[in-house]
Amino acid sequence: MKLQINGEALEVPDTVTTVTGLLEHYQLGGKMLVVELDGVILDQTAHGHTKLPEGSKIEIVHFVGGG
Amino acid sequence: MLQIGPHQFTSRLLLGTGKFPDFQVQKQAVAASEAQILTFAVRRMNIFEASQPNFLSLLDTTAFTLLPNTAGAKTAEEAVRIAKLAKASGLCDMIKVEVIGDDKTLLPDPLETLRASEMLLEEGFIVLPYTSDDVLLAKRLQELGVHAIMPGASPIGSGQGIINPLNLSFIIEQATVPVIVDAGIGAPSDAALAMEMGADGVLLNTAVSGAKDPVKMALAMKLAIEAGRAGLEAGRIPKKRYASASSPVEGFSRV
Repeated sequence: MKLQINGEALEVPDTVTTVTGLLEHYQLGGKMLVVELDGVILDQTAHGHTKLPEGSKIEIVHFVGGG
Repeated sequence: MLQIGPHQFTSRLLLGTGKFPDFQVQKQAVAASEAQILTFAVRRMNIFEASQPNFLSLLDTTAFTLLPNTAGAKTAEEAVRIAKLAKASGLCDMIKVEVIGDDKTLLPDPLETLRASEMLLEEGFIVLPYTSDDVLLAKRLQELGVHAIMPGASPIGSGQGIINPLNLSFIIEQATVPVIVDAGIGAPSDAALAMEMGADGVLLNTAVSGAKDPVKMALAMKLAIEAGRAGLEAGRIPKKRYASASSPVEGFSRV
């Protein structure tokens, strides 16, 4: 499946179908992060059941040092 | 006690988490500062470096109140989006509104800051706008219902201290919400002065992270803020033009 993640065109295996699946694919499970899928910011609890449509635009952000 | 919206803090030092030499020094500096509020920025994650450490993962996040900022935003809409991303972490409900209008001076865009603050208040955020030291802007933000005003002492990271104490004193005098002096602090004396002037708190980052010894500077800032606050509460003596002897004039023993 083709996705656009953080502005980059990427291909993930077809076994990846949900946000949780995607995070696990990149070994990001359990990390403190926030996902936005096609402009919709997801609740932490929604990752498991939110399906990834082909070609979706995904933003994965986290907190970094800043003032 | 510093009260911001529903949150209460015993520390009046808010510490930024950017530009520390390493996480170990940063952790020690945070501990030395005794800050209860830590600011963070929201950025894209490098998904290909999952093992990369993150400062937040080293912290007991329940021991601190996180204050994410909207740094990087140039419009109110961008700031609101960043704020919503931050809130979706489930770790915070406060937001430092930071809408920069000029890349060289990093001065905030007053109109976009006002607009973003209004939108974020409607969304139910605890809103702390970073502003210039414009007195009327502070008043307008206050009228909107923001939970604190955060005027800059001088440009971000410049370490110039309070360059317009008069404006800052006007902001403090008319404030109905906490005033937190944010940005531009260089030395502990700058922080102490802000507190002596009646500021409710000080937010600083580079003054600590860029110091030769960030841990010691974190301690110095903590002490300066406590000293400044105690000085304010104690009530300083008025300035006089001439001397006034502290020892009795009478009873001097002469041979």
